[in-house]
Amino acid sequence: MFKIVEKRPLAENIWLLRVEAPRVAQSALPGQFVIVRVDEQGERVPLTIADFDPADGTVTIVIQTIGVSTRKMCALAEGDCLADFAGPLGNPSEFVKMSSEELRDRRYLFVAGGVGTAPVYPQVKWLHEHGVAADVIIGAKTESMLIYTDEMAAVADNLYIATDDGSRGFKGMVTGKIKELIETEGKHYDECVAIGPMIMMKFVTLTTREYSLPTTVSLNALMVDGTGMCGACRVSVDGRMLFTCVDGPEFDGHKVDFDEAMRRQSMYRSHEAQANEKHKCDCYGK
Amino acid sequence: MANKIPRVSVREQDPRVRATNFDEVCYGYDGEEARTEASRCLGCKNPRCVAACPVGINIPAFIGKVLEGDMAAASAVIAEDSSLPSICGRVCPQETQCEGSCILGIKGEPVAIGKLERYVGDWSLENDCKSCDKAPANGHRVAVIGSGPSGLACASDLAKTGYDVTVFEALHKLGGVLVYGIPEFRLPKERIVAREIDSLRELGVKFETDVVVGRTITIDSLLDDEGFDAVFIGSGAGLPRFMGIEGENLNGVVSANEFLTRANLMRAYDEGYDTPIYVGKRVAVVGGGNVAMDAVRTAKRLGAEATIIYRRSEAELPARREEVHHAKEEGIEFRMLTNPTRVLGTDNGWVRGLNCVEMELGEPDESGRRSPVVKEGSDFELECDVVIMALGTSPNPLLKQTTEGLETNRRGCIVADEAGATTRKGVFAGGDAVTGAATVILAMGAGRRAARAIDEYIRNGKA
Repeated sequence: MFKIVEKRPLAENIWLLRVEAPRVAQSALPGQFVIVRVDEQGERVPLTIADFDPADGTVTIVIQTIGVSTRKMCALAEGDCLADFAGPLGNPSEFVKMSSEELRDRRYLFVAGGVGTAPVYPQVKWLHEHGVAADVIIGAKTESMLIYTDEMAAVADNLYIATDDGSRGFKGMVTGKIKELIETEGKHYDECVAIGPMIMMKFVTLTTREYSLPTTVSLNALMVDGTGMCGACRVSVDGRMLFTCVDGPEFDGHKVDFDEAMRRQSMYRSHEAQANEKHKCDCYGK
Repeated sequence: MANKIPRVSVREQDPRVRATNFDEVCYGYDGEEARTEASRCLGCKNPRCVAACPVGINIPAFIGKVLEGDMAAASAVIAEDSSLPSICGRVCPQETQCEGSCILGIKGEPVAIGKLERYVGDWSLENDCKSCDKAPANGHRVAVIGSGPSGLACASDLAKTGYDVTVFEALHKLGGVLVYGIPEFRLPKERIVAREIDSLRELGVKFETDVVVGRTITIDSLLDDEGFDAVFIGSGAGLPRFMGIEGENLNGVVSANEFLTRANLMRAYDEGYDTPIYVGKRVAVVGGGNVAMDAVRTAKRLGAEATIIYRRSEAELPARREEVHHAKEEGIEFRMLTNPTRVLGTDNGWVRGLNCVEMELGEPDESGRRSPVVKEGSDFELECDVVIMALGTSPNPLLKQTTEGLETNRRGCIVADEAGATTRKGVFAGGDAVTGAATVILAMGAGRRAARAIDEYIRNGKA
């Protein structure tokens, strides 16, 4: 059992949970994820790691309530326990393995969308701690949906906000902001890292392709075990079948077949909708 | 005279009923049936069954004890060579092992050795029979990676020898393939698997779930930081294979591992559990092994019309005879000498069928089985909305990637000698991680041999 030591809301339907998981905290690196199961009946849900502290043995995850299992997780209180918390899974980000010489002059542009902002944070923090400058664009529908802005401001070289309705920062999509930075402000980047909804990552890669800017994406595919056993998370990268859990979760965004990946994400959607209905009746209908 | 008695048939759930539930198919023998069946054994001087048993159980001796009605003694005989009789009695391919070489099988039906083993195993679980004493603690610690058949067998023997054993399991539940792979209707989880694991706990074995060795911790950290004297790798062969044909990533194509994990481990068939499973109306399962049979029968139980597609003929089906027989009784369709060449999809990217070709058998291949050859111009479409790929599995490369000096062969299997010693000092391995996908009994045997090798290694001062 894994105890929740801190829980707070970040935005509507988005919660931060800091969980006691010493073994995971000890081994985690930016880019990795965990599999969380709320209780005996719960699904195994892959969630990206938003922060980790080897010293106090805690790992932070950020959850958006989209299904029955995530709703159940967010219904727990501080002091409650999650049944299972396995990880860290997947490969760490590429830059973790680079030498300080290789890293020194590189400039990174991170593009974070929605709840995908959380896993961007440990990456930018790691680079910051290693003296590497990174610009960050955080995108959201509207100001109230923005998360992690203060934390990110503390570790990013420049932080840009983009909202669809213009309620804060740049008015428009993150892709518009990328164009502005590169074309109007004349910024140069060696690599872009985009994490967010599949559709956002797809359009970021279409944009960065125009500038031949290498782009890494972190895929949030469906998974059961997260250790390479089920193959539910398979994705076509450069025409090859790869498993998101063991070969990823980060891939060369210009080689990912996003249309297939988005279609595969919807495989259990009708079931999810039904289960959500049922869950609402059980829990909130009374 | 003994062989004049017909083989005692075993009571089973009615096929029409069991095709709609997940309760165990076979009820097993009762005491009287077991003794009658035991009376058929000729007690051969040179028992061919023992030679054909991968772990060499003294079969005539345990059957003799069953005949005498001394189940505790029968259980003790089996325990000398096997630690999981309730499980092996249910899942061993007896027709190619012990029963396949029984002298009675030449002119009639062999002794039902598997059913008798199961009877003895279940008897000792129910009667809490402790057939082995435990040596006093020797102060040495061994880590076991994986809680499947090889890991459990290794842990059990080491604990009995006095070692302090911790088993690390990547999933949230203990049992490995016994839990995520083999369905409830063939191997009851609570009544059999959980009880076997409980008996290890009673021996003092510790279990840690949610630990993915290679990620959460490493073999090096176990040896260097956590004070373990040796490590046994029993991580199995869990990575599913796909065919590499067009359309394999369409929605509705799943590996048998995924389908069975959702059903067995996550209990997706149970209303009270949250994990979804997509069953569709017509399911095609590609493959002919036990996993294919498990998947197709699970699909049937979840309400689909279910078909096996296999590229060779029925005689070559690698699955246990009993499973094929049960599947047929339950109304599974078998399309032999058929091979898919393409998965066909709808405009929305969902499976609508399989393009297949008919096959015929040619010359025997390296496995000795006649290899299938495509019949020219035999293309046809088979309608289905779910395709389950049951084409075998390979070992997970994670441990090799994260352990310096641990060699694997070109199939990704860990290189280990007969006793289980790997190329890395202090690290032993056995089961599917070494052999590639095989059987529970072989894995269990390898786990026990490795336990002896680990004991020797530690006694010799880890030289």
